[in-house]
Amino acid sequence: MKELMVILFSAILTQNFVLSKFMGICPFLGVSKKMNSAVGMSAAVTFVMVAASAITWPIYTYLLAPFSLEYLSKVVFILIIALFVQLVEILIKKYAKSLYNALGVYLPLITTNCAVLGVTILNVEDQLTFLQAVINALGGGLGFALALVIFAGVRERVDAADVPKAFKGIPSTLVAASIVSMSFLGFNGIVEAIFQ
Amino acid sequence: MKEKVSCLAAFTKGLIKENPVLVMLLGTCPTLAITTMAVNGLGMGLATTFVLVCSNVVISLLKNYIPKQVRLPSFIVIIAGFVTFVSFILQSFLPDLYSALGVFLSLITVNCIILGRAEMFASKNGVAASLMDGLGMGLGFTGALLIMSIIREALGLGSVFGLSFGSWFEPIGFFVMPAGGFFVFGMVIALVNVLTRYQISRKKIGCASCPHAAACGGEAVACEAEAEKEGA
Repeated sequence: MKELMVILFSAILTQNFVLSKFMGICPFLGVSKKMNSAVGMSAAVTFVMVAASAITWPIYTYLLAPFSLEYLSKVVFILIIALFVQLVEILIKKYAKSLYNALGVYLPLITTNCAVLGVTILNVEDQLTFLQAVINALGGGLGFALALVIFAGVRERVDAADVPKAFKGIPSTLVAASIVSMSFLGFNGIVEAIFQ
Repeated sequence: MKEKVSCLAAFTKGLIKENPVLVMLLGTCPTLAITTMAVNGLGMGLATTFVLVCSNVVISLLKNYIPKQVRLPSFIVIIAGFVTFVSFILQSFLPDLYSALGVFLSLITVNCIILGRAEMFASKNGVAASLMDGLGMGLGFTGALLIMSIIREALGLGSVFGLSFGSWFEPIGFFVMPAGGFFVFGMVIALVNVLTRYQISRKKIGCASCPHAAACGGEAVACEAEAEKEGA
């Protein structure tokens, strides 16, 4: 249990997918403009990350590994993610209209989000167990959400600020991201300290 | 003759005018993640260029045979195939680079530049033009990674391509940390803005400039409008 908590909280804080592993930067910069879309996007990403990990782990362990087909993992994983995202989109469009209205617009963008493929590959590379893999994905998704929501708040202020012409738009956003990323360094060691 | 001109244009536009990283802001994840050392930047750039050229050529050859509805999954599978190929080559011949790039080597699969070029260029143009387009975009990407990684390695580790400046230089650890990546990238983009005298009409950050806009096409505009409506 302690081990799972360490995985969960380090994925959220110290090993944050966006701010320290640099995965999912595109949606981090693209969707963080408004708080509403930031929340919607992070919910969709968290869901897909957890589900994709839960699907790819057994396929890798019971299908690819026994036949020494590990090298196919990239092709297989990305196909599974693409199919899964498509399937979820169709299903919630038909059966959960309100959920579709909230998350549906972000789903097509998730297939190429490197955080999703990244977490599935890291899970098998780090040889996590099934439960650890799912917790790792959950932490990764929540960490993505935390970074996105915090950054959406920061950006609402940065966009209103009067910055030099050369820094208008993207450069000032990136420098703000640098400061947010630096603040997450403050969490270094905190997870181990709490649970050990 | 006409073909030749368009090939040259396809090649050169990726280098500077439509540089995928510095102008179009695609492929930001590897640009930030692996640019702590110049060698890694160069390796990543060349690996991506190889995948980009190969996938552009193959997709251009197959463009009449891939049904429109399943084109994105098909493109992704082709790209993933070449990425697997590249990781084999690196694993056996350059194991140090292979372990330095780590998971980002696999993540070339979802590099927005490659899927974007497949969707926007290779699936509409001839083989020769697609090859030159892939080469130009790939080298533009490599150049941007080199700039980023040379700055970060010089300031953060006090060396360039592993050659140390000597003991008089005190390395600034900040620049090889993740936060330094964002910072240097912001500075480089600001510099590009100044050097081009603000001529670049960079689309606003948002759905329109989102790299996935290439993948989801018209839907991106629709989704932005929808998101706007929800926000209101």
